[in-house]
Amino acid sequence: MGWFSKLLVPDREKSKVPHGLWEKCPGCLRVIYKKDLEKNLWVCAQCGYHFKISAKDRINSLADPGTFKELYSEIGSLDPLEFTDSEKYCERYKKAREKSKMNDACITGTAMIGKNKTALAVMDFYFMGGSMGSALGEKITLMTEYATENKLPLIIVSTSGGARMQEGIFSLMQMAKTSAALARHSKAGLIYISILVDPTTGGVTASYSMLGDIIIAEPNALICFAGPRVIEQTIRQKLPEGFQRSEFLLKHGIIDMVVPRAEMHDKLEFILDFTNSGQRTVEKNGG
Amino acid sequence: MADNLQANLINLEEKLNEIDSQISKFKQISADEGIKLNDVVEILERKKLQLLDELDAWQKTLIARHKDRPLACDYINSVFTDFTPMCGDRHIMDDHAIISGMAYLQGRPVVVVAQEKGRTTEEKVLRNFGMPHPEGYRKALRVMKFAEKFNRPIITFIDTPGAYPGIEAEERGQALAIAENLREMSQISVPIIAVVIGEGGSGGALALSVADRILMLKYSIYSVISPEGCASILFRDAGKAPLAAAALKLTADDLYKFKIIDQIISEPSGGAHRDAKSAIDNVKTALITNLDELNGVDKIDLVNGRYKKFRDMGVFCSYDN
Ligand SMILES: [Zn+2]
Repeated sequence: MGWFSKLLVPDREKSKVPHGLWEKCPGCLRVIYKKDLEKNLWVCAQCGYHFKISAKDRINSLADPGTFKELYSEIGSLDPLEFTDSEKYCERYKKAREKSKMNDACITGTAMIGKNKTALAVMDFYFMGGSMGSALGEKITLMTEYATENKLPLIIVSTSGGARMQEGIFSLMQMAKTSAALARHSKAGLIYISILVDPTTGGVTASYSMLGDIIIAEPNALICFAGPRVIEQTIRQKLPEGFQRSEFLLKHGIIDMVVPRAEMHDKLEFILDFTNSGQRTVEKNGG
Repeated sequence: MADNLQANLINLEEKLNEIDSQISKFKQISADEGIKLNDVVEILERKKLQLLDELDAWQKTLIARHKDRPLACDYINSVFTDFTPMCGDRHIMDDHAIISGMAYLQGRPVVVVAQEKGRTTEEKVLRNFGMPHPEGYRKALRVMKFAEKFNRPIITFIDTPGAYPGIEAEERGQALAIAENLREMSQISVPIIAVVIGEGGSGGALALSVADRILMLKYSIYSVISPEGCASILFRDAGKAPLAAAALKLTADDLYKFKIIDQIISEPSGGAHRDAKSAIDNVKTALITNLDELNGVDKIDLVNGRYKKFRDMGVFCSYDN
């Protein structure tokens, strides 16, 4: 839950190359022409490193072009605790809103993926580290309820530094609220696909992101409840290589598959077709 | 640093003890000499109440963690009769941080699920200081489903610093286990009452608290993160835990105002550890009252009511885009 302040620095700011035409890959340290990266959905063509991307870019990579219709964009956070640390929470939030032109760390709406109309919620790590407060919890819940009422499949893309501590207990309760809404969606016989991208941690992991009928992760994403630094401090041991990464979770039976960004749309289309119509539209190898 | 933060409570306890001994001295004199000293005693009692009224969030946190505070097993042994443990998650092991089983509450059959911290060093190690592993949450869920099957109300006791940050806990899907409890508890068709008796630590506490009634002892806490954790992340100094405790609004009074909890159970002055029996009696009375109220509620209404209860939690707004 927010132990990841280090991770809050976006990859693009971490690299030493100034903003401009070039980007340095944190995976292989090569300097890459930005236009090429963009064309490749922000995945390094050399080493396969998946850069963090905004919710908007993510939606463009998942939804069929021109089909996304945003819902509930008006919902934003308040400051019920009147919380202040080094800065007032309301000020911090205001800055995040102005910088991102979003009202909180998630974009929700509907989109087409092949023949399938789908409810979609996509988190944004650049908005206060994708932390979960009341606004985010409300949007996820509203979108889930919308999917249940309209008999739609639901896809949630999670990325989060954990709870929004500044909202205290209200932040914690969003875990219960979103999970309860998913229980109803599931009981209605509808499919929920959870996609986990780097990093997915804390309260978001311990609620809706682990409740998918199918759970998919992008390669090498950090996925955990307690962060590696906290665990290291507690047990005072070095953690094993690859601990809490996508492939580690796959090996331990916690997620269904690891899918690279470029293949995600087609994989979703395959699963949605399979569970909706039962008719193949995406060609698979080896028929 | 930790010692300074603790000193806060020790000072308070000394003051309380001093007033208590004065009160009993005056009462003794009054009895021995046949003089009425009611006024003096009343002044002292008022002084004591004043001290307690001024308790801040950090002092309450220390009381919630006090070494002599009644633990789940103390409540289980005194509130219920015929407690019969049920063990294991049927997959990995029996997690001793969770105690669960069948019991009778004043003759009524109930299922109990509790987080137990342990009293002695040995017990603490056995109970992992009340921090469950994934199998603990799974054991809890298994037992709660048992309760549902046989139509028995569920009573949970919450007392945990939080989920356990360890390698095995992550490997075996700690987040998954908590998430599944949240989802499944929202659908269980028997009454669920959760009582926070000490520390309600984050997701580990919530995983047993998706209940129809959430009760809190007066000096227990319930929070998204520990004051120390919050202080070291947001205030960049674990020593600022008292500040963080106040900022997080984690006391029973705060949470009642926020309508997150349904009832505050009173404690003997200065905390449950100063008179365990009366704390336990208060809990028992509260449980019976709430159980009476939930008894006979239609199953569909019960589950829908629980959904609405959590659905309404959150404070947000709509902006004109
Ligand atoms: Zn690379």
